[in-house]
Parts: sequence; C-alpha cells; structure tokens
Amino acid sequence: MQLDHLPLNQIAVIRAIDWESLPDHEGHRLRSLGFEPGVTIEALHKGILMWRDPLAVRVGRMTVALRSDVAAAIDCALPV
Amino acid sequence: MTQMPPLVALVGNPNAGKSALFNALTGARQKIANYPGVTVERKSGRAAFADGRPVEMIDLPGAYSLDPDSLDEAVTRDVVLGKLEGHRRPDALLIVLDAGNLDNHLRFALELIAQGLPTVVALNMIDLAERDGLRLDVHILARALGVPVIETVAVRRRGLEPLMTALDQALNYPRPVPEPVAASFGAQNQRARDIARSAIISETAGRQWTRRLDAILLHPVGGVVILLALLFLMFQAVYGWSEAPIGWIESGFALLSDGIKNVLPDGLLRSFLTDGVIAGVGSVIVFLPQILILFLFILLLEASGYMTRAAFVMDRLMAAVGLSGHSFIPLLSSFACAIPGIMATRTIMDQKERLATILIAPLMTCSARLPVYTVIIGAFIPASSVGPGIGLQGLVLFGLYIAGILGAMLAAAVIQRFVTQSRTSSFLIEMPRYQWPRPGDIAINLWQRAWVFLRRAGTIIFAATIILWALLSFPKAPEGSNVSQVEYSVAGRIADGLEPIVRPIGFNHDIALALIPAMAAREVAVSALATVYAIDAADDDAAATSLGPKLAADWSLATALAFLAWFVFAPQCISTIAVTRRETNGWKWPIFMVSYLFALAYAAAGITYWTARSFGL
Repeated sequence: MQLDHLPLNQIAVIRAIDWESLPDHEGHRLRSLGFEPGVTIEALHKGILMWRDPLAVRVGRMTVALRSDVAAAIDCALPV
Repeated sequence: MTQMPPLVALVGNPNAGKSALFNALTGARQKIANYPGVTVERKSGRAAFADGRPVEMIDLPGAYSLDPDSLDEAVTRDVVLGKLEGHRRPDALLIVLDAGNLDNHLRFALELIAQGLPTVVALNMIDLAERDGLRLDVHILARALGVPVIETVAVRRRGLEPLMTALDQALNYPRPVPEPVAASFGAQNQRARDIARSAIISETAGRQWTRRLDAILLHPVGGVVILLALLFLMFQAVYGWSEAPIGWIESGFALLSDGIKNVLPDGLLRSFLTDGVIAGVGSVIVFLPQILILFLFILLLEASGYMTRAAFVMDRLMAAVGLSGHSFIPLLSSFACAIPGIMATRTIMDQKERLATILIAPLMTCSARLPVYTVIIGAFIPASSVGPGIGLQGLVLFGLYIAGILGAMLAAAVIQRFVTQSRTSSFLIEMPRYQWPRPGDIAINLWQRAWVFLRRAGTIIFAATIILWALLSFPKAPEGSNVSQVEYSVAGRIADGLEPIVRPIGFNHDIALALIPAMAAREVAVSALATVYAIDAADDDAAATSLGPKLAADWSLATALAFLAWFVFAPQCISTIAVTRRETNGWKWPIFMVSYLFALAYAAAGITYWTARSFGL
C-alpha cells in the first residue's frame, strides 16, 4: 500500500521506495531523513481543509512532513 | 607569541539542540559574522576548559549529511573538510545528537566521525528522551562509535563540564585513524540503526506530548484558525505593547533636545544636533520596541518548534502560487526584516522556489516600514473604534500587511509561471518535538537583533540624516527672501527634479525629498520628513512638536494614502538589494527585483491617489 493511502495511526513498514519517480534532491533528502526499506512508518496527520495534503508521518523516532505525491512513491507493508 | 586557541565546531542535524548547547557553552560572548565569500551567518564564541585555557567554538549550520542539499549544508561540509577558503579547519568536532532521535541522527554522526578529527559526541536533550520513555546506555554507544559520548541537557546546563573535559582530552590525545566508512548510504543507515538499537535499554511509547499537541495544531480546520489567531495576536502586540516604551524613548529624546537648547546658543551646531541628529536618529530609534516585539514572536515560534507546523498548515496555500511551506518560514521572518528572511531561504532545496521566495520577500511588511506606517496612520486615520477591541488605525495597518501579502502571492504566481518557469514545488521537512523556549536563548537572540538595529541607526541612518541635514541647510536662503530654506537648499533643488515624476501619483515636494535618502533604508523617510519640517519651522517651539500634526496640516488624505501604498511595494532598502545580489550571485535578479517593485509601487500609489481623489478626499 502506498504511504499516501495508509490510514492514519496505522503502523507499517516501508517495503520499497520508487527512487526513479522522485526528483534527485527529494530522493536525497528522503534518504537523509532516514526513509529506507525496512523502517517502521506511521501516518500521523493530514493537511488542512479539503486538501488533506501534506502528510505528517513518523519515521523511526522522527516526525516528517511530506506531500502526497512523494508519499505515493513509498510502498508500505502492513504488519501481519 | 601566543598560540591560537583550538577551534571546535559544533555540528549535527537540525533540531538537535545545537544552538542551545552553543549558547550554554559560550554564554553571551558571541560574535556574528559571515563565512568568507557566502552570506551564511557564522556564529562563534569563546568557552574555557576547567583550568581557564580558552577554546574557540563555532556553531555550524544544521545538516543531514556531508553531501549537501542546500547552501547551509554546503558550508557545514566545507568547514568540516577544511575546504572553505579563508577559514581554518576545526581542530575538533563536537557532534550534537538528539538523544530522542538516535535512529535518524546517528548516520550523519558516523559520517562525521569517519573524518578522523578529534571528536566528542554530546548526547543532547537526554531529559526529553527520558520524558518520552527512552532509556539509553552511553557506554555501549561510546564503544560502538569509538569516541567519547557525554549526556547533556543544554537548556539546563547539564553535562557541560564533563563535555569540556572530554574535548580537552580528545584534543590532546588524538584517537587512532578510523576505518573507512561504509560506502553506501543504505549501509550507513543500517549500521546507524543497529547501533541505536543496541544502545536503547528500554523504551515505552514515545512522543506522546508532541503527538497530542500536533493533533490540535495540525488539525485540518482548528490548525488554520490557531495559526491565523497567532498571527493576528502578533501584529496586535506589535502595536499595543509598544505604546508605553515608545513614549519613554520619545520623552527621553525631547529632554535631550531641550537640554541642548538650554546649553548651546542658537546656531549651526545647535541646529545640527537638534534638527539633524536628534530629530533624525531619534525618530527611528523609537521603533526599537516594535521591532523587538516582532522578533520576540518569531524567535518564540522558532524555538518552540511551531514554525515547521505553520509551514505544514500553509503548504497547500503556498502551493497554489507555486511555492511551498518551505517558503513560509523565510517569508514570515521577512515581516521582521527581509535580510534574515532572504538568508533563511538557503534552507529551500528547490532553487527556483528559492529564487522566487527571495524576489517576493521584500513585499512582506518589514519592521522598517512600521515607522512610516505608524506616523502616517497616526496623523491621518482617526483613532476611532470599528468594533469591540478593534481600532480603525489597527485595521488600516492590518490592511497594509494584507496588501503586501496579496501583492507577494500575485508576484510569486507570475514569477513561478513566467520567470523561473518552475512546474513543481516540493515540501519535505523534519518536524521537531515541541519544547519550551529557554528565556536565556531568546534574550541572547533579541539582544543581537537590537544591536544590529541600533548599529544601523548609528551608522547608515546617522550618516543619511547628517548628509540630508547638510543638503537641506545649505546654501542658506538669502535674508528676507520669500523662498523657504528647504526650497532654496541643494536637497530642495534635487527634489525639484524628481517632483514632476512623482507628482502624477499625488506626491508633493517634501515626499520627493524624503524618497531620496529613504533609498538607504525605509525608516529614513520618517527621519527625513522630521528633519525637513524641523529646519523649515519658523521657530524652535514649532520644531519641538512631533511630526504627525505637521503632516496632517500639510498633506491631503489622498496623498497620505498614496504614500502608504507606495511603501507597501517600494524596494527602498540598500541592504536588501545588496543581500539579494550576494544570494543570487549577480546583478541580474536584484535589478529585476528593484524594477518590478518600483513599477508596482508607482502603480499602487497612483491608483490609490486617484481613487481617493475621485471620492473627494
């Protein structure tokens, strides 16, 4: 399931990240913020009014804000 | 010959509490300058080892890696690697880690340790981590990293002594050269997470406080309301809280002026001191309280961690004009002053977005416009009430801020569409945990801002005022002439040349005159008008009364409104133009900025004037 479709407060694990679909600097910043396959992730909040964009997610012990188009490149697996 | 004290660089991720630790170690003994060749602010200060030997500390910009995404990060890399020309390489690194964020911060620490410099790690904000239910073993961490690890709580000055001792030892007994660091980013991340996991003794569910607060402050509707309320409170405070201190400063200058009049005989020196120096510089210094209140709010928003939440809330709206939440932070800072605002754009990764943000930053109503707005509003807008707790004057001021914001949004949309031709913007940012701002850190920052402002008043504004006074005072109008001194002076003749250009937008001779020195800094417009009217006053008693009533008697309301509209847009600040040139590496963008802003200012003033006239004002 893509991160932008992950229900709020649902803990998941990053399965894969489609680096090719991201602009270079965004991929680089994602990596340096600790987005990697295998990392635990949780969607916490969604943006204002009807847009519900950007997203605030927990990755490791850090909270990161990102837009849903970037979140769409992150594939998550729900724990079984 | 004395030896130079060792140089220790504080380096770490953004939000690791680096600046708080730097403040705790160096106290108020700090110097702010720029790194050679770039406008990144270099904060340095002195600390001392237990026996009193000095050590020089620098606070490097926060970074996520030595492979930079932004200009700030590039400076950090260059200093750490000793590649920044004209800057000596640090003798040791003090890596600041957020204890509550080890999994994400250790990767950069590993990269830094691998550089082989003497290194000490400060495991900072350990109290917050414990509050969030995390217990760590520093010994395991130190063994895994191969460098000393000291627990610190910078804001409570905990762990500072052991930290200095460890630094002393690290400098004196260099550690063996480390093995080369794992090649790939992924491998480094993996190793960082393994070390973090091994150092964690126990953890319970974490970050509850931040999460609960975020549920309110990032609420899809409530979050917007709270942000708007905060901004409104901020601007109300700028006006409301500053009234009393402004009164004190004004009476102080009035006393000084009277004192001089009692001591000195009427003549050139007395005119120079009272009409030139005190009327000019004094009329600007009275705005120090407002500027400090504005900076106080912005510093509190930054230090508490709310600023990135404001960026989150605003991101979608900013996206509508091709920007992102990243631009919101520099733009909000620009309400205090466009110069730190433009410098804060360095954290924007997307270069087109960064350029667009720089170009519109001067449209945010900076504190230097407040003197101009306050004087004109005070003179022309009645202090009546339009509703409970809402004054007409405050409402007009609010309207001027909104005009600037709307102008900026429009300009951003046009610039992103046609100038930078950027198709996308991006928003990707770490949101730090909330924390109480430490009064000491805020005080140091406020003091630095006040000092910068007073230095400006003492140099640029002082010089501009003196020059203007001289231009206004010479040559002396002949005795018995029916031409006033101002009209007869050099400045009056220059203004004669400018007047035909600004006459169509309702500006009179005095405004034309004030606009020239106001190129140095906007607030000089006020001191220039004050000097003009002081010199023109027939007797000293008239000169002693304040500027407002004189303007009200002399200008039409349409002219006053046009003057306000002009200052919403006019790029009248040499320092902003200079910093834009430095940040964009050339004259192309500052020239573009100045031209489009002057065009907007001229159009806005003209439209305002003729609209007001058609209503018979």
